[in-house]
Amino acid sequence: MNLNELSGLINGKFLNNTKPSMKEIKGAFAADLMSDVLATIQPHAVLITGLCNPQVVRTAVMADVTAIVLVRGKQPPQETIDLADEEAIPLISTPLGMFEVCGKLYVAGVSSLEQVIHPDDCDCG
Amino acid sequence: MSDNSNPQRILTDQDIQQITRAEELAYELKVEEVMSRDVQCLHPDMLMHDALELFRTKRISGAPVTCDSSLCGVVSMEDLIRCLLKQDLDARISDYMTPNPFFIHPQDPVIEALKLFVSTRHGRLPVVDQDRKVVGILTKGDITAGLLRALQKDFHAEELRRYRASHLFEDIVSDRTSLILRYQIKPRDFSHGGAASSNIKRALLRLGATPNIARRCGIAAYEAEMNLIIHTTNGGMIRVEIEPHQITIEASDDGPGIRDIDLAMQPGYSTASEEIRELGFGAGMGLVNIKRCVDQFRLESTWGKGTRLKVRIFMKPEESAA
Repeated sequence: MNLNELSGLINGKFLNNTKPSMKEIKGAFAADLMSDVLATIQPHAVLITGLCNPQVVRTAVMADVTAIVLVRGKQPPQETIDLADEEAIPLISTPLGMFEVCGKLYVAGVSSLEQVIHPDDCDCG
Repeated sequence: MSDNSNPQRILTDQDIQQITRAEELAYELKVEEVMSRDVQCLHPDMLMHDALELFRTKRISGAPVTCDSSLCGVVSMEDLIRCLLKQDLDARISDYMTPNPFFIHPQDPVIEALKLFVSTRHGRLPVVDQDRKVVGILTKGDITAGLLRALQKDFHAEELRRYRASHLFEDIVSDRTSLILRYQIKPRDFSHGGAASSNIKRALLRLGATPNIARRCGIAAYEAEMNLIIHTTNGGMIRVEIEPHQITIEASDDGPGIRDIDLAMQPGYSTASEEIRELGFGAGMGLVNIKRCVDQFRLESTWGKGTRLKVRIFMKPEESAA
């Protein structure tokens, strides 16, 4: 699946000027906690999130994210869009909620790019 | 058959990146950047004989026709063939030209021209300004050449930066060479949070570090940078020392310090405020994430004095930055 098809599947709208719509999607990852993203996301994933501050883009740069999907029709502040342009990371807005976005993509065969964490390494909760 | 059933299989990641970049360029490049400016125009009152001569001497297969210097038609090889079949070379160009032809503006993105080529099946498009004055001509060949030029320019610019940077360690001889990057981090400066780490990651890639090493350093630096922004009284300093065999990242500040380092190292433990959690941080995973990304981790802190974090990432021989 490429980014254009993914966007179509979730009624997405590209918010910035980067349009690498041919880019192949390797998988996806959903989280609102940027530290969770940094901890467990594998490179070249689509990041699905409800956060829309510039930190999302910074996190995406660090974690080699292919594209960012903002759920629940959120309109990010201009500085987020500008930063995404600067870093050439496509920003997609969808009216759907996070659960629905994940469900649709999962059913369409998009795989999870969350690293399995060894139980020894996770003693939270 | 089976080869065609899954065409994506024969595309490598690199191919896809190349296609993607070419496609992006089709949106970025303007017609005026790729068109030919040396355009030969004809006049409706000239003879088809003149068109034939022009096509033959200039080795072209079509030309715009202008009246009072504004576009009014095009003559193509097809029109000329029609005329030749009737042995009618003494006819006026206005008898054989295609009037009101499709055209494109110099400021239009190349993708618009590509769409017109596909929908009209024409081989060339006159480029006209707002007064319909012909300023150039565009063929598919011009677009291909323009895209290639742009791709090459892109490639050269980043390659050149990388080349210069990656030879830094080889070109300078000393008993121990290192490159030190320093970044001053302001407290509560959320809008620039991560800017230093982006620059660190980019620098490492230019110096020839592998994507994996750059990613690990980037993540460690980013979490450290956010910690300085979120927790410190007066901000702090990030210092990155790059050596051919290792990268050392130090983050230091002058307060308030960490009361209990063991507790701070526990996944999920956080002292961050609700405001910071809303930014997606303060989940108590920062230090844990840093530790996970690095090969050597040292954290010292005195409550009331400040904190000093020093981490190292070792380059394996095949991952050497230089």
